[in-house]
Amino acid sequence: MPVKLLMGNEALGLGAIHAGVNFVSGYPGTPSTEVLETVAKHNDGSIHVEWSTNEKAALEAAAGAAYAGARALVTMKQVGLNVASDPLMTLSYIGVEGGLVIVVADDPGPISSQTEQDTRNFAQFAKVPLFDPASPGEAYAMIQDAFELSERHHTPVIVRPTTRVSHACGTVKTRGGVADCGASFANPTLDDDDASWERHVPSGFTKDTQRWVVFPRTSYLNHGKVERRAAAIADELSFGYRPNRIEMSGMGHAEVTRAFEERGDKRFELGIACGGISYHYVMEALEMCGLELPVLKIGTPYPFPAKLATEFLEAVDEVLCVEELDPVIERELNFLCGFEFLANTIHGKLDGYFGYAGEQNVEDICDVLADVADLGDRGTVLMSHWDSRDIRTVPAVTPKPELPPRPPVLCAGCPHRASFYAVKRAVGKRKAVFCGDIGCYTLGNAAPLDMVDTCLCMGGGITVAQGIETVDPDTLAFGFVGDSTFFASGITGVVNAVYNQHDMIVCMLDNSTTAMTGQQPHPGTGRTMMGTEVEPLSIPRILEALDVDCQIVDPLDFERAVQAVRDAMDKTGVRAIIFKSPCIYLEPPAHPAVKLDLDACIDCRACIKQLGCPALVVEDGHVAVDESLCYGCELCCKICPTDALREGGSDE
Amino acid sequence: MSERSGLNCVICGVGGQGNVLASRLIAQVLLARDEHVKTAETIGMAQRGGSVASHVRGGHPQSPLVPKGCADCLIAFEPGEAVRCIDYLAPGGTIVVNTQAAQPPVAALQGIDYDGSEALAYLRALPGVQLVEVDGASICEQAGSSKVLNIALLAAAVKSGALGITREELEDAIRERVHPRFHEMNLRAIMLMSE
Ligand SMILES: Cc1ncc(C[n+]2csc(CCOP(=O)(O)OP(=O)(O)O)c2C)c(N)n1
Ligand code: SF4
Ligand code: SF4
Repeated sequence: MPVKLLMGNEALGLGAIHAGVNFVSGYPGTPSTEVLETVAKHNDGSIHVEWSTNEKAALEAAAGAAYAGARALVTMKQVGLNVASDPLMTLSYIGVEGGLVIVVADDPGPISSQTEQDTRNFAQFAKVPLFDPASPGEAYAMIQDAFELSERHHTPVIVRPTTRVSHACGTVKTRGGVADCGASFANPTLDDDDASWERHVPSGFTKDTQRWVVFPRTSYLNHGKVERRAAAIADELSFGYRPNRIEMSGMGHAEVTRAFEERGDKRFELGIACGGISYHYVMEALEMCGLELPVLKIGTPYPFPAKLATEFLEAVDEVLCVEELDPVIERELNFLCGFEFLANTIHGKLDGYFGYAGEQNVEDICDVLADVADLGDRGTVLMSHWDSRDIRTVPAVTPKPELPPRPPVLCAGCPHRASFYAVKRAVGKRKAVFCGDIGCYTLGNAAPLDMVDTCLCMGGGITVAQGIETVDPDTLAFGFVGDSTFFASGITGVVNAVYNQHDMIVCMLDNSTTAMTGQQPHPGTGRTMMGTEVEPLSIPRILEALDVDCQIVDPLDFERAVQAVRDAMDKTGVRAIIFKSPCIYLEPPAHPAVKLDLDACIDCRACIKQLGCPALVVEDGHVAVDESLCYGCELCCKICPTDALREGGSDE
Repeated sequence: MSERSGLNCVICGVGGQGNVLASRLIAQVLLARDEHVKTAETIGMAQRGGSVASHVRGGHPQSPLVPKGCADCLIAFEPGEAVRCIDYLAPGGTIVVNTQAAQPPVAALQGIDYDGSEALAYLRALPGVQLVEVDGASICEQAGSSKVLNIALLAAAVKSGALGITREELEDAIRERVHPRFHEMNLRAIMLMSE
């Protein structure tokens, strides 16, 4: 079996291919995007791969494929599941014929997300099994197990990596189904060493209204089935599924169980319960602290492997739960203590040892271990190696200099900067509200542009503007939306505005791509993930069909862009301006870097203060152009009051 | 290298400077030696000019992130980011830093004078640390592209001995993971750094 360095998301994509997947759909979103891209990259043409318009469309299409017996994969980020929750909730009742796996990537931190929601709760809510991989290797094995479980129990299954699994790389043994970290179900085709894998052959759709049509009566019956299914899966996952296990300093599950038995009534004073990436943090923290403690690793937080957990609780007194985001494992253990009349004390987030927000790390876990180990007298617990208050960093002799903050910014040459600036100039001092949305253009909120007053969720800018405009009729309401966001969930907002007679200006920031998530194609680009070129959907024609007055301008044609905004401001009703200019990642610069004529420059810094382009810097106390960054968009040339910034080619 | 069995390296800088490739190349070298490797990279919003950091670990690491105080080598694409990540460095570790500062646009706006000199002075005053200063701008100019900064810094780290990998291993990794079109330019940067 070849050993590869794989990113967690690549491991998931390859795992799905090796599980014989037939149909893959999804909507981009950090940190999930590379899963679908990996399948597309390795596709021999026999797998249908698509970026759908949004997560709901992706899940519904995949459900259809799975109804017809295909193995189907859907990928999205955690907030994507909010959009896809309507089909998910019902799909849990209806079930599937072919395996249906939904990869939902969570983002503790959050590093690139609107929320820190924990998809494990969603799985409990929807009663859909969830696999929680701890590493790229485990992710590779788990996604194959997930397909197998899904098919056997006719249920959709979620695989939920977090950022440090999705965007971490690890050495993974691929093919044959066994990654270097975890065994699978006893399934000969998955356990096979000969590296063969086969494309799943879909059975085709068989009509059966009792099965595929949701009705109150069938839902009543299905509800009971779903609960019985969850209980059966919990039992199945409790013993013999390696990602759920008890281990201790190198001892496997069987040895630890034996050790538990040999100790008889003598329980361990402290044990750790953990899952996901926190499992690896815990193992490293224990190593660093020189601690030998029994560890309960939970790979399937729903349905919770309660029998395994009960065995663990019977062998330890106190338990420290280590998990990112919500205390899911911790609540389950507390519940079990009540349900089984167990007297364990469970520590974690509920009693304040860990916080809820943000990521965990090895150092913090060492600190908490030190605190917990300090509690009372613990013969087996020796904090020999770790003094929490003295992390072994390099001692400095001078105080750390103050560092400038470095938040993300719109790229040098980004057309969004020009669009925002045109609106800003046209509006001037008039009372206006700028409702933003999700994408690179959210970065328009930063100074000096300061052009995003609200940002809620994808597609929300257009609709939030309608509410504000109704309550504050003297405010000019702008709704900004990117092209990918428009197709995903902006169109319904425009329809709402037209139908309900709102008064607003839609600013369409059409950069011909889904930029924030890494330049994916969408319905307006005409490229598909099957590598075909199709007729791109025309945004102006869609808007015109909705009776929206619509102008198209190039935002880098600064004066015309400002005039277009002014024209729109003079009208009423729903009107749109399409600012059309490609993201700089799509095309090489059309012009060389601009030049600054030092004799003409009066160092007023208007360019810096108004645009905030990263290529405009201060060098030796004077404005300068960083030529390695400048894209030559020439927007700054149009702003300089003394024409000191000039086109790059002009006067060498 | 620290008492832990494998290499621990943190590579920090500004989104867009080629940070991810740098960590993948080190990982590739360790992989070629049949080591177990883990990396963690910043992919997402911060890639648009924000602070980014990649972690690479060899040996048999558990966490993909290097714990604080455990990095044998800190490679920084600009001085301020080195200071931001300094807590990762192990006592006695090596810092490889590009001396040219990358100015965040907010600095100019807020009237903060940032040219990296204070950050460099701080790094120079750290006791027991091997500090390798690289004039990245001049190497890039000689190599003919601003894109080779990452390779120049890697080559300097290799030369310092802090990574425990050889120049040949780095060159092999480039041949393995970088598009052939860019081989010559990158190998030239290594040559310039190794002189
Ligand atoms: C429900 C949901 N799905 C996906 C995402 C991830 N996401 C962030 S921005 C974005 C799209 C941005 O594309 P576009 O609207 O074209 O703006 P651009 O980034 O190109 O400026 C996506 C899909 C999200 N934040 N929320
Ligand atoms: S990636 Fe494209 S859309 Fe995003 S900030 Fe850069 S230029 Fe603008
Ligand atoms: S032309 Fe001016 S605004 Fe455009 S990228 Fe260059 S410096 Fe920035």
